[in-house]
Amino acid sequence: MSPTATRSTGTDARVDVRKTYKLYIGGKFPRSESGRSYEVVDGRGKFLANAAQGSRKDARDAVVAARGAFAGWAGATAYNRGQVLYRVAEVMEGRRAQFVAEVRASEGVAERRAETIVSQAIDRWVWYAGWTDKLAQVLGGLNPVAGPYFDISAPEPTGVVAVLAPQRSSLLGLVSVLAPVVCSGNTAVVLTSELRPLPAITLSEALATSDVPGGVINLITGRTAEVAPWLASHRDVNAIDLTGAADADGVSWGDLELAAAENLKRVVRPAGEGSGAVEPDWSTTPDLGRITSFLETKTVWHPKGR
Amino acid sequence: MSTPTAAAPSVDATARARDLLGVSRLTNAALTSWLHGLPGVDQVGCEARAAGLGTRSIKTTSKAWGIDLAISMIDLTTLEGADTPGKVRGLCAKAITPDPTDLATPRPAAICVYGDMVPTAKEALGQSGVKVAAVATAFPSGRALMPVKLADTRDAVSAGADEIDMVIDRGAFLSGDYLTVFREIAEVAEACVRTDGTRARLKVIMETGELVTYDNVRRASWLSMLAGGDFIKTSTGKVSPAATLPVTLIMLEAVRDWRDLTGEMVGVKPAGGIRTSKDALKFLVTVSEIAGDDWLDPHWFRFGASSLLNDLLLQRQRMAIGAYSGADYVTDDSPSLY
Repeated sequence: MSPTATRSTGTDARVDVRKTYKLYIGGKFPRSESGRSYEVVDGRGKFLANAAQGSRKDARDAVVAARGAFAGWAGATAYNRGQVLYRVAEVMEGRRAQFVAEVRASEGVAERRAETIVSQAIDRWVWYAGWTDKLAQVLGGLNPVAGPYFDISAPEPTGVVAVLAPQRSSLLGLVSVLAPVVCSGNTAVVLTSELRPLPAITLSEALATSDVPGGVINLITGRTAEVAPWLASHRDVNAIDLTGAADADGVSWGDLELAAAENLKRVVRPAGEGSGAVEPDWSTTPDLGRITSFLETKTVWHPKGR
Repeated sequence: MSTPTAAAPSVDATARARDLLGVSRLTNAALTSWLHGLPGVDQVGCEARAAGLGTRSIKTTSKAWGIDLAISMIDLTTLEGADTPGKVRGLCAKAITPDPTDLATPRPAAICVYGDMVPTAKEALGQSGVKVAAVATAFPSGRALMPVKLADTRDAVSAGADEIDMVIDRGAFLSGDYLTVFREIAEVAEACVRTDGTRARLKVIMETGELVTYDNVRRASWLSMLAGGDFIKTSTGKVSPAATLPVTLIMLEAVRDWRDLTGEMVGVKPAGGIRTSKDALKFLVTVSEIAGDDWLDPHWFRFGASSLLNDLLLQRQRMAIGAYSGADYVTDDSPSLY
């Protein structure tokens, strides 16, 4: 290379790096197959970035990826899953400044508040990571039966879970619905907040650089009303979390639940009734409800010898 | 479009070859100069053409039609050392009722098995109209002496096989011994004649993944047709790459030109590596564009596949119910662990 090629121009002026983000499917960052993207703006309408506008076919691809990853993730030891998820929290901590800036811009909160939200989100992730190898002891157990048998129940992941992430709480809410799904061994297809997708996109970059196997968590940005019905009706999805249907533009969660009934999906409804669905307060420490919503119980009978 | 009929009685392949080549005696030199006189394949052009045909958008009713046609063209295949009569019967049951949730689903054209499984398959398929194809001639390597290959073929034919899938001797072909390949195909074609004078249809597997060049694929196609093959087939499924679109395109050109030359139609069967509905539709587009719509018929075009059927069924269900389907709604054909 000639010496002139590396010579600096000597000015401080820099061209903006305008960001166009992509989806996160199967551990890769593909563009939407539809080729579409949409503008993400902050609370005052200022341009933040372009995000991929996912389509039903992207959702389909994500389900295929999640299904492919399920056996390996569910089959990993609970201890290993805990370590992998803890590593995600480490990477999130390393990107703290970026998360704070994006939560500020997305949710229109002050710096201090954004700092608190990011800390809570990382702590929440660690909290759920810690539960991976404790679920079986707490939720399973030895059942008393009237016969010469051991009768043991153990929790098992249900399979591929579609998650409509909360519309308002772009990071803490997202972590609070996603971590409980994957900690028990489910794989997830997440439809991110429609208007506030940036923290979710950064989370996908954190996931890609941690040890989470590709396909375990898939994130699709786009219009909730467009993609959610396809996930709700998808026969290869075993459960759906409708939390993000609250406040989503043009979404009736009742219709989604109806579509989900077709293959007997497990459904988590949003808080509140009907069109009065609301987002819960994410700042309080959760119970195990969101974990147990996506578990099956396997019971084993074993003859008891002398 | 021609209707399926019993295969015509075998013609004397050598005599016809002499006529076509315009020689008094069929020698390797004569075959060599004829095959090497075929125009060379433009590799870049061929691959670009195939890629272009793969970009056609097939939607809604056309897609539904294409999916049903593709299903009816499948040779549903199991060619494993671990094949059991139970697995073959299971596959036959699937061929008879591909989708229990929709009995209007067309049946695949044939079940493709090793020769020793032909009686099992024939019994399981009964009068369903699904044919039985047997691989023969020391499949997949083709490394055996001629009497063994012929006995292999006769066994399968006498057991009731409707179609025979033979492999050519790639070693002979690659060393330029075209006459040996010609004779083997012609003799196996003779062995396909049943005691009542009817014939099992003969598919000639060229194993294009071992032929190295597209020119060789073209030559092997013409040689197979000259020697009396009823079908030219890409691969055994045991070698990668198997059925690629460019290779199939060259074979479709060959059967098209063969019909122009002799008036006879020869079938084409890509086999191995075709797993998705999207791939299958690309092949159908190529058939229509290169060979013509006469070949869009299970009698003249087949897919050698196993997992393709499930993907086609999922697409079919998707179009029928308006929602994405999943693996729980088609049969799992993988061998049981128990």
